[in-house]
Amino acid sequence: MDLGFTPAEQAFRDEVRAFLGESLPADVRSKVLDGLHVSPEDTTLWQKTLHRHGWGGPNWPREFGGTGWDPVRQYIFEEECAAAGAPRLLPFGLKMVGPVIMRFGNAAQQQRFLPRILSGEDWWCQGYSEPGSGSDLASLKTRAERRGDRYRVNGQKTWITLAQHADWIFCLVRTDPGTKPQAGISFLLVDMHAPGVTVRPIIMLDEGHEVNEVWFEDVEVPAENLVGEENKGWTYAKFLLGHERTNIAGVGASKRELTRLKRIAARERKHGRPLLQDPAFAARVAQVEIDLMALEITNLRVLAAEAERRAPGPEASLLKVKGTEIQQALSELMMQAVGPYALPFRREALEAGFRGDAVGPGYAAPLAATYCNMRKASIYGGSNEIQKNIMSQMILGL
Amino acid sequence: MDFSLTAEQQLLSDTVQRFLSQHYAFEARRRIVRSPEGWSREIWGQLAEMGLLGLQIPEAHGGMAPAAVETLLTMTAFGRSLVVEPFLSSAILGTALLAGLGSPAQQEELFPAMAAGERIAVPAHGEEGARYDLERVETRAARRGEGWVLEGRKAVVPHAPAADLLLVSARTSGAADDAAGISLFLVPRGAPGVSLAAYPTLDGQRAADVALRGVALPSDALLGPEGGAHGALSAAWDLGVAALCAEATGALQAILDATIDYTQTRKQFGQPLAKFQVLQHRMADMLVHVEQARSMSTLAAMRAADPDPAVRRRAVSAAKVTVGQACRFVGQQAVQLHGGMGVTDELPVSHLFKRLAAIELSMGDTEHHLELFARSLSQGTDAA
Repeated sequence: MDLGFTPAEQAFRDEVRAFLGESLPADVRSKVLDGLHVSPEDTTLWQKTLHRHGWGGPNWPREFGGTGWDPVRQYIFEEECAAAGAPRLLPFGLKMVGPVIMRFGNAAQQQRFLPRILSGEDWWCQGYSEPGSGSDLASLKTRAERRGDRYRVNGQKTWITLAQHADWIFCLVRTDPGTKPQAGISFLLVDMHAPGVTVRPIIMLDEGHEVNEVWFEDVEVPAENLVGEENKGWTYAKFLLGHERTNIAGVGASKRELTRLKRIAARERKHGRPLLQDPAFAARVAQVEIDLMALEITNLRVLAAEAERRAPGPEASLLKVKGTEIQQALSELMMQAVGPYALPFRREALEAGFRGDAVGPGYAAPLAATYCNMRKASIYGGSNEIQKNIMSQMILGL
Repeated sequence: MDFSLTAEQQLLSDTVQRFLSQHYAFEARRRIVRSPEGWSREIWGQLAEMGLLGLQIPEAHGGMAPAAVETLLTMTAFGRSLVVEPFLSSAILGTALLAGLGSPAQQEELFPAMAAGERIAVPAHGEEGARYDLERVETRAARRGEGWVLEGRKAVVPHAPAADLLLVSARTSGAADDAAGISLFLVPRGAPGVSLAAYPTLDGQRAADVALRGVALPSDALLGPEGGAHGALSAAWDLGVAALCAEATGALQAILDATIDYTQTRKQFGQPLAKFQVLQHRMADMLVHVEQARSMSTLAAMRAADPDPAVRRRAVSAAKVTVGQACRFVGQQAVQLHGGMGVTDELPVSHLFKRLAAIELSMGDTEHHLELFARSLSQGTDAA
């Protein structure tokens, strides 16, 4: 047993750090570190930068143009990127549809779609949830009817993150309404630019436009865009959910946010002293830091088990629950740290280079919006209550 | 990054677990706890035969120290079976103090006897009013001729009634809460002037308050430099807290397993309790606590002997907080989910519950370690 990183892993960390120092644009870096709005162009540019360096697919095997890194190297890479203030890579292509196409797609699909994910040319979004199907995903109603060599798709998807920028959407659609819910679902790739696709924004509690409704009205989809077999989509969806959850602990990003919290709490004053020296506040910061230390080890234990088993297990649910609790606690403490200056709320202050009148310290502007935004974390990706169902059934065998 | 065990470590873990399942099942343990001494010399001898009493004795003296992983595995197994023998007090804290402070002569005399299970040496450090502060020592030692005289009281000394030797901390200089000026003395439990008020503790173990009235000691009773015991005490305590965390992990897993079994067996409203979602989610929450505690007890074990006190103290305090909170939550919920049976003396659950409560209160409770950790926060950041 050894909780340290090997010399080779340390050298790899140094290599990543050096690359980030040279390649990450300063303006993007400060946006991420200050919690400001990161544009889609920033995200795409960063994907292209990584791709040029051969690191476009940090979690992909070599045969599909990925780095072939083991789970520990992927972890180190994510941790260093988060610490340096790199934009979060879009998970929809890299961590969701990509692995599904690699595992279940045919050669033509692999050649057509995978390189464009790596190069940042295609922006993907995820078409799972529907107005009537949230956690109960298998009840989805969006219909795809086979007509010769095409499917005709009708229905409505919702909570589609960043669909307003997307070129493609991977959808769960019902292809057989006559059987039990899980058995009649297929996994279909749909061109967002096709006639009949409409995107409508949903404005969230932080007044941001992050998610959308996507409507399909008689959208014609070539049958070649079906992944795997018809009516086997539920199997592929479960495979994907496992991959999505492995990385949801977000340890690297939470470490970065913890550093930001301490920076803010060291500058804020209470009774004339730094807030970080206030015993009550310091104890709450300490509690989150300790929880995060424990989560990091738990995450590494899961990675080690995963490296042996080759597939993410139900332990990923534990990481999701604890990881999102920590993310939410951090956003809450940061908001609380600035006290009344968390109240002034102006969306435009979330843009880098905001030149309006600052109310309170500059770092206060995004904190309440981030707090509101982070409430989503315990809801998306299978709500934390669903994760507890999974833990109790798959781990505890109840 | 490697969480795997060597073949030898796996063998040790299997051997200890097999031994305990054969000789330390619930009823056997109950007999031991209810015996006059409250622990078993026979079991103690068998632990010695397995080499476990030498885990923290340096290799040069025939032991296995540092043996971080072996200690982690042993303590986890002990936690699962609720072992009451003075292992933590003597085979971890006692040997660690002797290793840190003892002269070659003292070590040569005591290590073999301790490894063989023939001598038990436990620290007598805590005092009334000191709570968990390691440096608050009011017991005093004064020079008399060539030797020393001890005067003072030690409070709630674990396993003192079982000990042949008490490792008594006493102030030879400085104010009551100075780290400097604390010395450690080897005191035979039966020495004139030493009196014990012995009692059982909440968890079925034994402890005593120790009065020291004019205890006269020879010069070679001093362990380590005069006034310089604090560093070794602190290092031993870090090892001890890590061991306690490992023990808790075993007890936590046992009480979670017992709760799962019970809720799958007990039926109400025509179905097993385990089918009710409100209870499933409670057990999922318990699982999260247990796994986080396991992670932190592993971290503490691997850092507890780190030469940098700041590194080891940070890991150890964080671990004790995580484990302490798990002890409370998992222990309380296990009793709750056992319903009426949970509050009886009949099932292991209540015995595990009491040990978990005792662990939370031992060697610094959750609040104590959270405060230590919180105080270190502003040291690394610019407070200006």
